[in-house]
This record gives sequence, C-alpha cells and structure tokens, in this order.
Amino acid sequence: MIKLEAVSEVYPDGTEAVKEVSFEVEKGELCVLLGPSGCGKTTTMKMINRLIPITRGKIYVDGVDNTEIDEDELRRNIGYAIQDIGLFPHMTVGQNIETVPALKGWPKDKRRQRAQELLKLIGLKPEEFVDKYPSELSGGQCQRVGVARALGADPPILLMDEPFGAIDPITRVRLQDEFLRIQQEIQKTIMFVTHDIYEAIKMGDKIALMHQGQLVQYDTPANLLYRPKNEFVENFVGADRALKGLQLLRVKDVMTSSPPAVRADDETQTAEKQMKREGTAYLVVVNDERQFLGWVERANLRAGRMVRDIMHSSTATATANTVLSEALSLMLSSGLKTLAIVDRANELEGIVSFDAIQKALGDATLRSRAE
Amino acid sequence: MLEAWEFVTQRPELLAEWTLSHLWIVFVANGIAVVLGIALGLYITGKGREHVADAVLYLAEITMTIPSLALFGLLMLLLSSIGLKAIGFLPAVIALVVYGQLPILRNTYTAIRQIDPPIIEAGKGMGMNERQLLLKLKLPLAVPVIMAGLRNAIVINIGIAAIAALIGAGGLGVPIFRGLRNARMDLIIVGGAAVSILALLIDALMSRLERWVTPKGLKRR
Repeated sequence: MIKLEAVSEVYPDGTEAVKEVSFEVEKGELCVLLGPSGCGKTTTMKMINRLIPITRGKIYVDGVDNTEIDEDELRRNIGYAIQDIGLFPHMTVGQNIETVPALKGWPKDKRRQRAQELLKLIGLKPEEFVDKYPSELSGGQCQRVGVARALGADPPILLMDEPFGAIDPITRVRLQDEFLRIQQEIQKTIMFVTHDIYEAIKMGDKIALMHQGQLVQYDTPANLLYRPKNEFVENFVGADRALKGLQLLRVKDVMTSSPPAVRADDETQTAEKQMKREGTAYLVVVNDERQFLGWVERANLRAGRMVRDIMHSSTATATANTVLSEALSLMLSSGLKTLAIVDRANELEGIVSFDAIQKALGDATLRSRAE
Repeated sequence: MLEAWEFVTQRPELLAEWTLSHLWIVFVANGIAVVLGIALGLYITGKGREHVADAVLYLAEITMTIPSLALFGLLMLLLSSIGLKAIGFLPAVIALVVYGQLPILRNTYTAIRQIDPPIIEAGKGMGMNERQLLLKLKLPLAVPVIMAGLRNAIVINIGIAAIAALIGAGGLGVPIFRGLRNARMDLIIVGGAAVSILALLIDALMSRLERWVTPKGLKRR
C-alpha cells in the first residue's frame, strides 16, 4: 500500500536527513516509525504526502508514484493527524471533521452524517459535541477530534505524527487502546511516528527503527525485542526488554476464562465448599448478572453468614485487550494478586493472576513470538 | 460655548454638510487603505520575504512621522507636476491612504504571523491549496486583528482629515480654520467638538463591527 524505494532527503544546506530508506507497508497494517528525535522519522512520513519534497528515490502509494498525483489530491486521500493537532479554532468540531469532505465537494448532508458517524466512533456524543468549538474541549477530546478529522473522507491511508504525544500518560493509554479498537474496525493502512518505544511495541504491527536518517531494522515488535539486528537496536530496546515485552501481550493471552465465582447472595458455606473443591484460597464475587463485585478470601470466611458481608469490594478490573504491562501496574497499585477481567458491561470474563504474568515474563513465551 | 450651540441650532445644514464631506473623505481613503494594506500585508508574510517585510513596515512607520501639513504640501507639488488636480479631494484622500496604511498593514502582518503553525500545517496536510489556506484559515483567523487595525486607522484619519480643509478638501476643518482666521471661538468649538464626537462614535461602531466579524470560536467567553 505504501512502498518506499531508496528514498533520500537532502536539505538545501547539504545535510542528509533521510538516507536511502526502503520498506513497504502492507494494506491494513499499522507501521510505527520509531527512533530518537532527529532520526528522520517525521521527514520520512512527510515525504509520503509530499509536505516535504523527495530529493531522491520513489514513494508508491497504492502502486502509484506519489509525485505523479496532484499534491492536493494526494493529501485529500491520505488522512493526516499531528501532535499539535492543529484543530481550526474558528470552526466547530463538526466543521473541523468535515474539512476534507468539504474540500472534496461532498454534499452537505453526507458530510454532516459522516461527522456524526466519526464522533460516535471516537466516543463523543454527536449531539453534544458537533457544534462545540475546540476551545471548549479538553486535551484528550481535541486529540480524538484530530483523529476523527484525519478519518474525515474515509481515506485508505493515515499518517499520524505522534498523535497522542501531547497528553497526560493516563489519557494517552486510554486513547491508544481506543485507537487500536477503532483500527480493528476500520483496517486502515497507517504510518505512525513516535519516539516512545512502549507506544511503538503496543501499537505497531511492524516497527521501522530509524537512526541518523537510516532505517536500522524493519520488523515485528517481537523480532525487534528478541532479534535485534545490531548493537544500536539492542541499546535502543534496552536491558529491560522483558518488561517491554509485556506490551506485546494482552490479558487474553494469559487469562483463565470462566473462573470459579460465588454470588454475593450466597451463604459463606457455599463459598467454603467451592474453595475446597477448586483448591483455591479466594473466589470472585459477582451479582446475579455475573457482574464483578469483589473478592472473598478463605481467611475471612468465618466473619459473617453471607458472602456480601465478608467480601472485599473492588473496582480494579481490566479487559481482555488490556496489555499486560498495564494489568501488572494495576495489580501493583491496587495491591491485588489477581485481577478480574470484565467486558464492557462489567460482566466477569476471567481472571489473571500474578503468577500467570510472571510466567509470561519468562522469555520463553515472548521469544516464541519472534520468528 | 453658548454661541457655538447657537450656531449648531441656527445652521444645522452647514454642520451636516461639513460632517458628510469629512466622513466621505475618510470613508473613501480607508476603503482604499484597507484593500491595499491587507494585500500588501499578505504579500509580505510570504515565504522568503522577511527582508521585504522589514523594509515595507519600516517605510510605513516613517510615513507616520511625516507631519500632515508637510505631506499635503508634498502631494500638491507632486500632483501638479504630473498635471493632476493639486488641491481638494484627491490629495486629501491620498494623504489619508498613506496614514491609514501602517495600522492595517502592521496588523495584517502580525495577525497572519501569529497563527499557530500546526493549524496551517494541518490545513496543508489535508489538501488545502494556497487559496483555500488563505480564505478558509488565514483570513478568518486574522480578521479580528485586522479589524482592530482598520479601526485604529479610521480614528487617526478622522483627526487628520480636519487639516485637509487647508487644501480645499472641505470637511470639519473648514469651520476650525475659518474660526482661526476670524477669531470666531464658536466656529472652532463647533468644528473641534464635531471631530471628537465623530471619532468616538465611529470608534464605538467599529468595535461593534469588530466583535461581529470575529469568528465565534475565537471569542473570549
């Protein structure tokens, strides 16, 4: 879908910002351009939609040499989102999202409808947000609208330059998860620039690691971690690659599905019997709809007659798609050794224990992912 | 004071005539100045024109320091040497265009330069051409500041236009100079007060207009 052939960028003063870079991004793949600042990753990206002219080499977009397409036309068919977002402050959220559709001359109704769809997709209520101005939004909301605007005319390709860079870490994690969910739905071909290796490992199907204008390794995240091509990659990945590897795995890879559970309305005797049968020291407590409520421990069983009297309520939960590093940090911060995994309706799907994560931490599981 | 008021009540048609011709000069001059100022202001914000911008802005600043009487005299000589009418409306309008230039030019330049670069980059990256960047992003975002410049230019020119009466352009300078020649305090007061009131009124009107043309998303809540 996007193919770079020996692409170089030489600035007028003679500095070579990008040197002979070649790689190809398949349709529907998310490729992360990773590297320290000044490595040429943003320049490489901007040559794709020709915001920066190519000095040497060729870039093919869907099989066509991108210098043979009118540059405005090219850009209208490639979504573009940047770190500083650049929302137009004098336009409403709706008008911002409709920018490219308007440039393409879509009829008003179709534009309006598209904006509504996209607002829903990014989790903002259309009726509440469509007429708001950017100055009325929070940072995270602005980032979301920036992504929606990039998707405005449903382009097959998206270029994203550190789109989640300028927000607090908690919101960033949420936006990353949301974006991955959206990507599963929309299946775009994406070029994503970041300097954050954690983000790269979490988001990328492939990572293009750049250094001093050169492409050092173009590979899957697992291969980058476990089969580094040279010393630079090894150093960039860092000694704590096992921890970074936790970004590669998701809760669903290690969770125990349909774990034994008791209802809050059960008597403690029922819980005791069940614990003996399962050979565990704790059980998940749910309500009649199987929604997660908390935990009950064997040591507390004698303290009351009903489960609800002795259980520890808890709201610390993760979903099947949570990456392991985030699940682990949730465990550490909530002091739980086991985490309940719920779906969007808070219904219990499974549990993940500290032991299970530790097992995954062992290189074996991760190494097997590297080819 | 009383005599001035008597004059106003007895000869309202004279006062109206002076006021109208005064306004007309200012209106025509600033109409030209705003088109010229915005065009020139946009031109000098272009890439690689930083030196041109410095020169043009410097020049515009210098023109502001020329005493208006000297400029009128200069224009009279210039116009008569190329065979044009050297007194009256034409030199007056030209002088006011010159004086109205700086605030409009400078504000246009500053307004465009102040636009957050990511906004322009986003527009470009989404496929806006130069014209669309200008019409959809730069101008709407610059409008409040440009309007403030225009307002400034008009208020300055309402004052300067009074002096244009000296070269036969009419306006509210007429009673002032007539009063000076004939030691008629009432005429001086009538002319002077009318210029001040006019300036205040137009200023208030322009500030309304400024708020009206400011895009909604840019207004301070």
